[in-house]
Amino acid sequence: MHKAYVRLERIAGNVVAVRAGDATYRELAQVSWPGGSSLAQVVRLEGDRAYLQVFAGARGLPTDARVRFLGRPMRVSASDAILGRVFDGAGRARDRGPAIDDEVIDIAGPSVNPAKRVIPRTMVRTGIPMIDVFNTLVESQKLPIFSVPGEPYLELLARLALQAEVDRIVLGGMGLKHDDYLYFRDTLEAAGALARTVAFIHTAADPTVECLLVPDLALAVAERFALRGHRVLVLLSDMTNFADALKEVAITMEQIPSNRGYPGDLYSQLAARYEKAVDFDDAGSITILAVTTMPGDDVTHPVPDNTGYITEGQLYLRGGRIEPFGSLSRLKQLVNGATRDDHRPLMNAMIGLYAGYRETLEKRAMGFRMSDWDERLLRYGVGFEERLMSLAVDLPLERALDVGWRLLAESFEPAETGLATALIERHWPGVPA
Amino acid sequence: MPNVGRIVAVSGPLITASFNEPVVQNEVGYALLDGLRLKAELIRVRGDYADLQVFEDTIGLYVGGQVEFTGEMLSAELGPGLLGRVVDGLQNPLFELAAASGHFLPRGRYLDPLDRERRWPFTPSVTVGDAVLAGDALGTVPEGQFLHRVMVPFDLEGWWTVRAIAAAGDHTVADVIATIDDDRGHTREVRMLQRWPVKRPLRAYRERLRPEEPLVTKIRIVDTLFPVARGGTFCVPGPFGAGKTVLQQLMSRHAEVDVVVIAACGERAGEVVETLREFPELIDPRTGRSLMERTVIVCNTSSMPVAAREASVYTAVTIAEYYRQMGLDVLLLADSTSRWAQALREVSGRLEEIPGEEAFPAYLESVIAAFYERGGLVSLRDGSTGSVTIGGTVSPAGGNLEEPVTQATLKVVGAFHGLSRERSDARRYPAIDPLESWSHYLGVVSRSDVAFVRALLRAGHEVEEMMKVVGEEGTALDDFVRYLQAEYVDAAYLQQDAFDDVDAATGAERQSAVFGELVRLLRTPLRLDDKDGARRLFARMTQATKEWNRCPWGEASFDAARERLRALVAEVSPDA
Repeated sequence: MHKAYVRLERIAGNVVAVRAGDATYRELAQVSWPGGSSLAQVVRLEGDRAYLQVFAGARGLPTDARVRFLGRPMRVSASDAILGRVFDGAGRARDRGPAIDDEVIDIAGPSVNPAKRVIPRTMVRTGIPMIDVFNTLVESQKLPIFSVPGEPYLELLARLALQAEVDRIVLGGMGLKHDDYLYFRDTLEAAGALARTVAFIHTAADPTVECLLVPDLALAVAERFALRGHRVLVLLSDMTNFADALKEVAITMEQIPSNRGYPGDLYSQLAARYEKAVDFDDAGSITILAVTTMPGDDVTHPVPDNTGYITEGQLYLRGGRIEPFGSLSRLKQLVNGATRDDHRPLMNAMIGLYAGYRETLEKRAMGFRMSDWDERLLRYGVGFEERLMSLAVDLPLERALDVGWRLLAESFEPAETGLATALIERHWPGVPA
Repeated sequence: MPNVGRIVAVSGPLITASFNEPVVQNEVGYALLDGLRLKAELIRVRGDYADLQVFEDTIGLYVGGQVEFTGEMLSAELGPGLLGRVVDGLQNPLFELAAASGHFLPRGRYLDPLDRERRWPFTPSVTVGDAVLAGDALGTVPEGQFLHRVMVPFDLEGWWTVRAIAAAGDHTVADVIATIDDDRGHTREVRMLQRWPVKRPLRAYRERLRPEEPLVTKIRIVDTLFPVARGGTFCVPGPFGAGKTVLQQLMSRHAEVDVVVIAACGERAGEVVETLREFPELIDPRTGRSLMERTVIVCNTSSMPVAAREASVYTAVTIAEYYRQMGLDVLLLADSTSRWAQALREVSGRLEEIPGEEAFPAYLESVIAAFYERGGLVSLRDGSTGSVTIGGTVSPAGGNLEEPVTQATLKVVGAFHGLSRERSDARRYPAIDPLESWSHYLGVVSRSDVAFVRALLRAGHEVEEMMKVVGEEGTALDDFVRYLQAEYVDAAYLQQDAFDDVDAATGAERQSAVFGELVRLLRTPLRLDDKDGARRLFARMTQATKEWNRCPWGEASFDAARERLRALVAEVSPDA
């Protein structure tokens, strides 16, 4: 039985200090007082003083609150019973369902031995042409979705949760608006996808500290699923909120800030989460897609900047579409050679011509006269944006490639595309095979 | 009786312990926890308290817990069997650890870096009565393609006399293979295995020499324009996605050195996996053996404990120095030194030291300088030379080269390969910026040709900038041709296709021949009537040169492709 303590020596921000000689680093404690109770975690030990981060925040906390140490770190259930359920950042049920406490595991476990990883070889199909065709997602990939606030990134995440060809989805929401949480829940429910999904949702109204736990809860569960052989897709939103929560806590703890107030270990903190993405040599895999909103559309802001160094490419969401320039899946080369013979060359040709369309747009904006070639580029570009780039398009890879060929054929002569003759003979619409 | 202290504070990877017996700065201590021994390094002493950075997760540590001080500094195990190994920053062998502990890296589990069972065929090279100094060879064992020298321990001072030496035969690394003594009455048993503190440079050589001979990386823009010398240092800063890691992977594959040590420091595990899964399958063209046989991978990926990240670069450079002592040329590639600097910053922050620029500690510059200074070309006592060449990538925050790590690095390296976002966005690989980068070393081609081409690239760039304002119409034909020439050199020579077997690696002789030819063609006066004609000519030349680049060196197709290129130029030469 662990002792209880009843005198808080210090309350600052969400951190309280208590004289407790037998606390261990990062263990959990239950803080209770007449007005409520909360979990708390040891974040620093100094002499006989233990500093605790109170998950629910310290607002209304009396100095005579009771602190009982639990002798264990934060845990979460990874049983199959959690599928279809929604939890909050402290692991409590958010959906009025029962609490689940079988197969509990520690969160934020050790990292995977690189020797147990394999080079990823399997594509994750999403039905979104801008991903499947142009930035193919690969199992075990970690990819941020860079976005300015206001872009439809939640719609994109919801569609991924519905359409991605994986076994299980783990959703982690950090600082979500409550409306957004409901949108998510209702969309998945309506499509019947909730049964393969577990969600850990921290809303903007919840205590900051709980935001920090969401990725660890989600990834611990995902890791356990993957070890059981499942292909797991983890969707996180929004990692900038997570980083801001880190900043808030670090400042409260009087840590020296490094860049724009963020703590010096921002990179390590982000990497520790993203590096959970893995393809095991003898089990399943974890793929991570994480929304990172860019304050002021500034990619050099510390959060997107550190993220870019950690992840394997990025998707830019801009103007309601996945931007073909700047978006990059660094692992796509590993898989897009084996999908269909025309995948890579068609992708390159289409992007090349789309770049021409963008230049033509600029020329037109400057008032230059449009040549016949320009007119055809314009027709092609508009078609491309409507029939492939729009986030409303839902097509399997092969059909999306066929649409690509049709778009080319509607605007160009075969030779103008720069594609190899053999490919054109096989795929050009209207050319008898 | 071990020197035992008590934990009085825990904060992140940092613990503070009280002690009674004397302790040593940078010594190794172990925090004890439920039968686990968590390795730590003492980094500061204040009064009766020592601050230690723990190389493992500190969860569960408590005030009053024991810390065992060892009195020894953090050391690497050196001996035959290092080549082909994949170890973490503390030299734990990762494949053996996976076999013993499964999918994850458990804390507090330390395996022997070197195989204690394996027997090596030892051949002595000294006899009883010989006088030896630290670093002298006592004998050799074959390791891969090399004769691995078994050396007198590096920590010995002065002359020692061989009193006993093992006969030729098989021995494990732990067997005593020699006994030596000095005239002050000290006796020392020598094993193949020895330990060396990683933060101390190995100095058992006769003298340091100036690095002059080029180290051929087979990357044209490097060897031709911004060469690296054997024993030199270089850095590769660049924003994310500019191709730093791919560039390092290409160098680790193709560079003409004996041993490559890769320090994957705080980067993605996926990249290490590519190397450690692919290298065993790849054949080193110089030796016909697996590339893995000449490679050591020290990896501390970004999710591993941050304090061990710092240890990883030192472990790697110590292994590199060790093979240098055998008269070998070693290339150390550290990816990325910024992550290591960030590890310093994290620990410094926990120590509550007064921060310098961007919260990096004030000693950042001297630490970086001391690290790069461990590169070098040395002559050994037997007359042979060995070298450690150090190449570090830098990941500047926001791609801004003004930040402290990049600036501290640029002060101490001999070559700078700056990667640019514009080049990588335009798919111009390798994305080394030909205008910003520099090198103090000598390359593989004629210096006057290099000066000519660099001037051409600058002039072409100026014309390009001008054209943005006045348009193509407002540009004179001569200027336009200069622009096209610069673009041609870039497309046909500086860019290289990493996926083409021939183009991916260009040897020194070939570089010198092709570059010489290009410069000759560029100096040929051309009879061009208009811009369209000029554009067509250079497009065809680019095409022809790229095809030439894909023809294997020394084959008939190579000569034929060169003739086709010459013919193109001859058509518009006024002498034709």
